[in-house]
Amino acid sequence: MQTPTSAQSIDAAPKRTISTTLAGIDWRRYVIYIGFVVVFIFFAILLGNQGFLSATNLLNILRQTSTIMVIAVGMTYVISAAEIDLSVGSIAGLSSVVTAMSISAFGVVPGIAAGLVVGVVVGGINGTLVSLLGIPSFLVTLGMLGVAVGTAQWITNSAPQPILSDAFNNMFGSGNIGPVPSLVIWAAVFVAAGALVLSRTKFGRQVLATGGNRKAADFTGINTKRIKFTVLLLSGVVASIAGMLYAGRLQSGRFQWGDGDELSAIAAVILGGTSLFGGSGTVIGTMFGALLIGLINNGLVLAGLDSSQQQIVRGAIIILAVALARRK
Amino acid sequence: MNATVNAVEMRGISKSFNGVTVLTDVDFDVRSGEVHALAGGNGAGKSTLMKIMQGVYQPNSGEILVEGEVVKITSIQAAKTAGIGMVFQEFSLVPSLTVAQNIFLNAESLNRAGLINDSEARRRAREIFADMEVEVDPRAEVARLGTAYWQLTEIAKALAQNARVLIMDEPTASLAKHETEALFALIGRLKARGISIIYISHRMDEIYRIADRITVLRDGRKLFTEPLTEITPEQIIEGIVGKKIEGQLSYRVREAAESDTEPLLEVRGLSAGTRVKEVSFTLHAGEIIGLAGLMGSGRTELARALFGIDRIDSGEVLIRGKKARLSSPQRAINAGLALIPEDRRDQGLVLDHSVRDNLLLPLLGQIGNGPFLSAEKGKLLADSLIKQFAVKVDNPGRAVSLLSGGNQQKVVLAKWLGTNPDVLILDEPTAGVDIGTKSEILDRVRALADEGKGVIIISSEYPELLAISDRVLVVRDGSVIRDIPRNEIVDEEALQLVVQGV
Ligand SMILES: Nc1ncnc2c1ncn2[C@@H]1O[C@H](COP(=O)(O)OP(=O)(O)OP(=O)(O)O)[C@@H](O)[C@H]1O
Ligand SMILES: [Mg+2]
Repeated sequence: MQTPTSAQSIDAAPKRTISTTLAGIDWRRYVIYIGFVVVFIFFAILLGNQGFLSATNLLNILRQTSTIMVIAVGMTYVISAAEIDLSVGSIAGLSSVVTAMSISAFGVVPGIAAGLVVGVVVGGINGTLVSLLGIPSFLVTLGMLGVAVGTAQWITNSAPQPILSDAFNNMFGSGNIGPVPSLVIWAAVFVAAGALVLSRTKFGRQVLATGGNRKAADFTGINTKRIKFTVLLLSGVVASIAGMLYAGRLQSGRFQWGDGDELSAIAAVILGGTSLFGGSGTVIGTMFGALLIGLINNGLVLAGLDSSQQQIVRGAIIILAVALARRK
Repeated sequence: MNATVNAVEMRGISKSFNGVTVLTDVDFDVRSGEVHALAGGNGAGKSTLMKIMQGVYQPNSGEILVEGEVVKITSIQAAKTAGIGMVFQEFSLVPSLTVAQNIFLNAESLNRAGLINDSEARRRAREIFADMEVEVDPRAEVARLGTAYWQLTEIAKALAQNARVLIMDEPTASLAKHETEALFALIGRLKARGISIIYISHRMDEIYRIADRITVLRDGRKLFTEPLTEITPEQIIEGIVGKKIEGQLSYRVREAAESDTEPLLEVRGLSAGTRVKEVSFTLHAGEIIGLAGLMGSGRTELARALFGIDRIDSGEVLIRGKKARLSSPQRAINAGLALIPEDRRDQGLVLDHSVRDNLLLPLLGQIGNGPFLSAEKGKLLADSLIKQFAVKVDNPGRAVSLLSGGNQQKVVLAKWLGTNPDVLILDEPTAGVDIGTKSEILDRVRALADEGKGVIIISSEYPELLAISDRVLVVRDGSVIRDIPRNEIVDEEALQLVVQGV
């Protein structure tokens, strides 16, 4: 063997491994889509007779997933920036009651504004504590989960707050535009805007860079503290809108609305292929993650499983999907 | 480009961290189109000086001039605007983004709608790489690329921002021989374009090959700046170390290990994964074996398999004649093995923990006080290790991440040598370590062998390998192709030829 040949073969080695690993790994990114299609076909065959494929049922799935999907879009940003937000469910609950109470006291527009203020305040506090004081978001938002839901329960004395404004209810969640439920439109708007901003704007790129390697992002001149603050603020605001969607759909505000949504949203985000450790995220993936969860919930109900069985199967499917999609 | 105007000049720079002075009144200047080497012992302040130029730290006093004008470099962004780019000792790319996305991170080109135009970024990245005359795929995700490509991406990133001055902090530390050659060729081309390069390195041969002038720092002060044509390596080394060292990297014939006794370690037909194939060799007590081979030849993988990190597929390992099951590092440690890994930040240290805690981690058994750990004993033991290895640290209770690169490496070494293993495997033990300490480390290793321990050492630096090994195993494609006693290797070149397979 001559020197030049051996040198060349070394040169080629890294390239070869790059392309082979790419080929070997890339499909994992599409696990969510593959999984979605497989589960869909599975239910279509198995539950075709129980009306799984009927337009009403499919629309139902969409409607039921919409709120989680909206929350999960915000969560995608948080997780992409290598943070977590456990308070989204209770922000939704708090926003639903604050909106409902303000509507009956002051009218629709002040009501909506009050709901948004809930998101800005809670999200802003989360963001400030995490980015300025450096407290882990897991702890901050875990604490905030309790604070927000406690506040909601306290100011309402645990009582549901009815919303009598048809305008509000129609706009947020109860109405239809043509054949399409307004809830679904809300979700579609959030997904489209979220996907565009994360993948195609400077802000989105900065979020990914902050989550991927904070030090590198800092050294590149990105204000990573601001990014961390902003994603938590955004997530709070998005959650407060989700709370109004609950309020509109159920025509009332109640502290339990959104209870446990943080976990469904996180599951949707991770199922969708966003890295739990930050740095890579996709909103479209998140949408399919949420749809997959909705699909499974719906299918299990149609299949006649009781709620305890549903929980077991749902949990197992989520673990399986994440295991398949995991990157190593 | 005016020959009398310096591309960058630093005047009277001083810096201290929490009252500990790191730099004192340092002057430093770089001309346009010059390669300027910056040398000094571990912790001398090289990286800190460059981080000040780069806007990462603010100096306590002193000023910086770019092209003759005083500029305030208050942030990394300001340094970039002034045309200063850095290739960091620890890389500063986002692994989950692509090469092109990294190059234009935070400087993305936008289309009319204000959205990022990634295809434009790819096109421009391709242009930059073409200018550099290297081949890198702008679409590749950085996490999947090897170190050499990371570095090229970093250089491209700096060039994309029109850097006139490039700072390279130990750029060859993790490069293979041919990658180093490619980097040197690239440096030559950049220089021809009038770009200045500040080159930090502990390797004398590299400095002489590519640098025009050298500045030596010692204990945070500038010792001298000289053209390399007017200074000898001995003078430089003396400047760095502060004293003359003689014959530091030469082989010392040691008492031959008794090859007729039972070997300490015997490896028979060991295969693991795709990178270790049918490896057999023996190691006797008191013997030092060097593993020579190109980057990627499987030396690190062999070490990992022996230490129980990678699964052994076939073959067996005998320790003092008894079959050993090395299925986990825990078992390997119990069997008397120790591995000092290649990548210290990743595998060798808990970066957020204190220097002391890191040193004591494998030694917790020795500092017991009944069921509890004795803080007193721990302190004493850690202090003695710090002294033995000349770790430059003013407070062992502070996080190890605050140490200079070379001092972190010393902590890793001290940590494992403290465990008193029978068989010690060292993977590139002196990467990033200064010249004075390098010879001290080699002396320590020799002393351990003299005590009857067996040593396996992996090194890409041939002078070091030849200085320490009693036998050299040449590894290629995962197999040991030659087993040569030290006295049969004439010199570095002879070994290099064998490694390359001529
Ligand atoms: N952020 C920091 N806080 C406290 N001390 C620091 C910090 N950064 C560096 N130091 C100290 O400053 C000194 C100089 O470190 P520096 O990294 O500049 O050395 P160096 O010359 O680059 O060494 P090496 O050759 O080992 O890379 C060291 O003693 C280090 O512990
Ligand atoms: Mg350094």
